[in-house]
Order: sequence, then structure tokens, then C-alpha cells
Amino acid sequence: MLAWELYRGSALARAKFGWAFLFGSTWDPVAGEFGALPFLYGTVITAALSLVMAVPLGLGAAIFLSELAPRRVSDALTFVIELLAAVPSVIYGLLGVFVLVPIMRGLGAPYGVGVLTASVVLAIMILPFIVSISREALLSVPREQREAALAVGATRWEATWQVVVPFARLGIAGSVFLALARALGETMAVTMVIGNDPKIHASILAPGYSIAAVIANEFTEATDDLHLSALIELALALFALTIVLNGLARLLILATQRRGTT
Amino acid sequence: MRRRKLVNLVMFSITGLCALTTVALLFFILGYLVWHGGRAVNWAFLTELPKPVGEAGGGMANAIVGTGKLLLLTTLIGVPIGFVAGVYVAEFGRGAFPAVIRYTADLLNGVPSIVIGVFAYALVVAPMRHFSALAGGCALSLMVIPITIRTTEQFLRAVPGSLREGALALGASQWKTVATVVIPAASRGVLTGTILAVARVAGETAPLLFTSFSNRYWSPGWNQPTASLPVMVYTYAISPYEDWHRQAWAAGLVLLALMLAANVAARFALAPKVTQHG
Repeated sequence: MLAWELYRGSALARAKFGWAFLFGSTWDPVAGEFGALPFLYGTVITAALSLVMAVPLGLGAAIFLSELAPRRVSDALTFVIELLAAVPSVIYGLLGVFVLVPIMRGLGAPYGVGVLTASVVLAIMILPFIVSISREALLSVPREQREAALAVGATRWEATWQVVVPFARLGIAGSVFLALARALGETMAVTMVIGNDPKIHASILAPGYSIAAVIANEFTEATDDLHLSALIELALALFALTIVLNGLARLLILATQRRGTT
Repeated sequence: MRRRKLVNLVMFSITGLCALTTVALLFFILGYLVWHGGRAVNWAFLTELPKPVGEAGGGMANAIVGTGKLLLLTTLIGVPIGFVAGVYVAEFGRGAFPAVIRYTADLLNGVPSIVIGVFAYALVVAPMRHFSALAGGCALSLMVIPITIRTTEQFLRAVPGSLREGALALGASQWKTVATVVIPAASRGVLTGTILAVARVAGETAPLLFTSFSNRYWSPGWNQPTASLPVMVYTYAISPYEDWHRQAWAAGLVLLALMLAANVAARFALAPKVTQHG
């Protein structure tokens, strides 16, 4: 139903631009010209950069929590990390605007706002998902696997890295996909720090734009039908993207759980 | 061997550092918000209407009430639908249909909130021709339904089978068993899950931007655009006025305090139940 409504709403833009919509790089509401490429680029690059930052950190934390920390400490810390997931996204945006932007400016980004800034905020937002789901996956690895590795003389790190992590890799991959879907769809925090410039810049320090951000900014102001319908088509593209990623992630997580129990 | 031990030590230290960084981030966010917001929250902030630009003072009473209204709508529309669907999936569903519902609920849960907003706009705002609290409530309901389905199902399934069999053995119909035995047994868990779900959508901004929109005054009834805390934080934070920034921090703090209180309360209410099941 959701898909149908979006599909119908975007009919006008689809009829006018066809597939070229996805690859056009001009976005000019005044001239009535719409191409989605800058937003696709912004969405994908911020999500990818945030994964690059969040995955090693999150995986490290998950390994620590599942393998090394005593159970009670691990549970307490996990609770705290899950609280991090409950913080509303506007609050991340708020901190992004007033804390991160001045820091980035100090580090050499010309405006402070930009693709990299948005990625850092996103990385912090998706971190709790990666940690808590990866931890679950690591904990569901049977004890015997660890014991066998230790018994043949592996150190604890070797047991973890060469046996436990590969065993849980599907679940970990699932957590990464979920985090990616989250990062792609995140709106508010990104809107507030990405800089809102519908052009593709080579530098990640320059401002950019993302699909979710352009919808948030222009939807209430879109006056003519074509503009509105172009925005709805963007929403449709985003919807399709996250549905596919989420579906994959769920299947991966199910697959590990099944293997963990047999 | 010494090298391997060294690798062991170094790598585990790194993972520990990762965990520490993650936890430190939360305390940094909390601390920073309390520090900035704490100075801006006062009685006037909680009880007065926003003042025009340039005048000092004023508050966000209308946004606080607005958020309350939206959440009430969500609880009235979204929670019952999610609950009934969850009961169906856990107790009555046969064949492939429940699995389809479950999978759809998971997918719906992953849909970006902005897309939900666009959908609610097309569904409610466009036919009505204006923004309204009702539309905002519908958008939030759409977000709360999948979460409620999953938590209801999860807690109903945790009710031991022997309870069900006991009721059925006494001659109760399946419907009666579910309504008088299974649901009361799971009520605490379901309630907790619902609180968490509503708390989660309370912080959502994106779906409200073009459904309930915003309002600088009190909004009577359900058909007017309504202010809400998250949208206020957003508009105030990106505004160029110093005084508004201060208020954005305050609103952020109020919002975060509400969320954390709901989360912590829900977890602690739930704790005995969870340990019981091992």
C-alpha cells in the first residue's frame, strides 16, 4: 500500500524524466529540472563513510563485550549502549550543529558542515545497532567452538578472531546491513549538518545533500506538482533501497540463528 | 609464543578501548546536553508560549502539550492495531500468513521515517488540504504498529504452554484462554514494550515535518497544525538566533529526559520477569 501510494504520487515525474531521473545531476526547482544523482551520491557516500568509521569500532566493542568482559559488566554496558540507540535523531543533529561543526571547521573543512560531518554523526548513530546485534551473534556461538580452539593451543585472541568471529560472520554482516539501511534513511541529523548543496563535489569536506534531507527541506515548500512528484519519486527510490537492504539483513540474521542452534 | 601473547594482549586492549569509546560517547552526549540545556530550562520555558524573535524569554508549553497530544493519538490508533495483530500472529495464526505479517512488520520497521512522513502526507494531509495533529498521529501510528506487533508477539510466546493447556483443559475456548489467561500473564511485558515503542516515536521529527507541521500558538482541537518538541528542536537549532539556540538545547534536554526516563523505567519494570525465564 505504501509502495503503491508513492508510485502513484511520483507518476508525473516518472512520465517526464523516465530512468534519466536517477542519473541527471541538475536539481533546479525554479527551472523545473530534476535529477536525483547528487542526492543518491550524497546518501550513498555518507552511509558508506559512516560504516567505515562505525564498523571497526562497533565490532571491537562487541568482541570486548561478548568475549572478554564479565557477564554483568557486559550486560550493564550493553544497556548503556542501547540507551544510545534511544536518543532521538534531532538531538544528534543538535550536537552535530553546535559541537561537531566547529570542530570540523577547526580541522580544515571550509564550512564545517559537509559530507564528512554528516558521516561522523551517522557513525555515532548506527554504532549502538552494530554493537548490540553483533554481540548477540557472537554470544550465540556455541561454547564448544571456543573450547576446542583453546584446547589446541590458541590464545584467546586467536580463538576469537579465527574461530568465533568467522562463525558469527553472517550475523555480523546482518548488523552491518541493518546499520546501513538506518544510515541511508536517517533524515534529521543529516539534514542539519550535511550543508544542503545539490551538487556533487569531489571533496568529502564540501557540503552535499542526501535524499532524506532534500525531502525534509523542500516537501513543505514544493508548490508545483512536478516538484512534489519528483520528491515523492525520491522517497520511492529510498524506500526501495532500504527494503532490499533490510530484507537481506533479516535473512542473514535468521541464517546465523538457525546455524547456531543446530 | 611471546609474540602471540603480545598480539593477544594488544588486540583485546583495542577492543576494550572500542567499548569504552562507545560508552563514553553516551555520557558525553548526556553531559553536554544537561550542561547546556540545564541553564535554559526554567519555569517559564515549561509554561509559556514562544515569544517573537528578538524578545527574550518565552517557552514551549504548546510544543510540550502538542507532543502529548500526538502521543495520545498514537496510543489510541497505533497501539491497539499493533496489539491485536500481535495477538493474532502469536496465538491464532496458522500457515504462512503470520510469517508474512512478521516479515512485513520487520520491513515496515526499517522504512526511513521520512518516507513514512511522505506517505502520511499523501494519505491524510493531501485529501484534507491542511496540516493537522491528526495526520501527525497517523504518521507516528504507522511507525509504532510494527514495533508493537513484534513485542506483543514476543511476550505472548514467552507465556508457558502449560498455562494455556490448563485453561483449555478446564473447558475454556481458545478465545477465552487467550483473553483471560495468556494476555494477563504477558500484560507486564506487553505494557513495557508499548511504553518503549511510544517513547521511541516520541523523538521522531521527520514524519512530523509535513504532517502535523508546527505552530507558534496553542492549537485547539485535532484539526490544526500542532507544535511538537522534536520539530521545535529542529527549527530552533537551524535558526540564526542565539536565544533560540538556547531554547533548542532546553527542548532537547526535556525530550531526552522523557525518553531516558521511559527507557529506564521500562527496563526495570521488566527486569524480574526476564530473570524468571532465565
